[in-house]
Amino acid sequence: MVTRAMALPTRDELLEILTEIKDPELPVIDIVELGIVRDVVVSGDSVRVDITPTYSGCPALQVIENDIVELLRGRGFADVKVKNVFSPAWTTDWLSDATKERLREYGIAPPSGPAITSAAELVTIRRAKPTVECPYCGSRNTEEKSEFGSTACKAIHYCNSCHQPFDYFKSF
Amino acid sequence: MSDTDLFEYLLRLGDDRLVLGHRLSEWCGHAPILEEDIALANIALDLIGQATLYLHVAGETEGKGRSEDALAYFREAVEFRNIQLVELPIGDFAFTIVRQFLFDVFSFHQLEELQKSANNELAGIAAKGYKEVRYHLRHSSEWVQRLGDGTEESHARAQKAVDDLWRFTGEMFQADESDARLLAAGIAPDLKKIEPKWNAMVSDVLRRATLTIPESGHMMTGGRLGRHTEYLGHMLSEMQIVARSHPGAEW
Repeated sequence: MVTRAMALPTRDELLEILTEIKDPELPVIDIVELGIVRDVVVSGDSVRVDITPTYSGCPALQVIENDIVELLRGRGFADVKVKNVFSPAWTTDWLSDATKERLREYGIAPPSGPAITSAAELVTIRRAKPTVECPYCGSRNTEEKSEFGSTACKAIHYCNSCHQPFDYFKSF
Repeated sequence: MSDTDLFEYLLRLGDDRLVLGHRLSEWCGHAPILEEDIALANIALDLIGQATLYLHVAGETEGKGRSEDALAYFREAVEFRNIQLVELPIGDFAFTIVRQFLFDVFSFHQLEELQKSANNELAGIAAKGYKEVRYHLRHSSEWVQRLGDGTEESHARAQKAVDDLWRFTGEMFQADESDARLLAAGIAPDLKKIEPKWNAMVSDVLRRATLTIPESGHMMTGGRLGRHTEYLGHMLSEMQIVARSHPGAEW
């Protein structure tokens, strides 16, 4: 019987392969476009994937780590390591327009406007709230109900036109 | 600055957040309105997540093979390094919110400086937490103003919370020799510089909330050295029971 060594994927190919893994909370977005995957380092049949958390306590991260190990083992790597890196800190600025559009189609309003920038915005109840477009009907007549939603990355908003509550992926 | 200094400091950072995060999680299913239930659980999750990161590095720094879970679930109360403010029972909603606000203002200024730490890993973890704390602070400061400047009852409850909690705030800024060595090494921020910023922001919000700052009097101390109120032991017995009853369990 003839055995042939299977060629292991290169770094660029791995970045493409890793797009198969979706964020468990956002199944239309993969972990590369979300900016969670920061680097891939191949050395022989070992590979190290550097990832960064979106939020410190995001429970999806553990699932994602397991998914990466399982996927790359299946692609022939004997040793798969996942390393957490923290600098630079993850930001929604890394989401492309195409990714934001897919969020909207999925029913989540994409981040709009900057994250909190000044200390004055932190401690006033008269702050300007972001104008968020309803992902269902496109109306801008919406309001923020709470800056904390179904997951760490989302806020709860409500559309006054179609009377539908919706998730907003908050600027971070 | 020794590894022991750094280990102790990481415990202080981690334990403040672990204990407060656990206290907040006690509201899950009990908050006055659904949105608040979700908000408090989210903030608890952020804080426990931050604690996980600090305690993970603490375990690595110590070099005895203790993971973040081992540090969270298998230490006794006297080994915890959190300030006493965060271990007090949750009280009513006003007490929880005022306590959160007093800590958020501290954490906001602490992490703002810690992002510049000479320890890159610590700086990175702080930078992430800093982004999260801005949302926490906005939440708690808005509530303090609504409660303080709200109804007669909400005002009275918020004022009582401020009065009861005030003597636990001095501990945030108490620096010992270990802090001095960490400061000299560029690892930790100067607590003396954080204190006036904390005072300014807290005074500003309490004034807008029509709440009165108590006269400065006796300040509680000891948490950083493992001397805690009776409440921490009770809290830990609940927090640690599953891990201790079934060591090494996975699910």
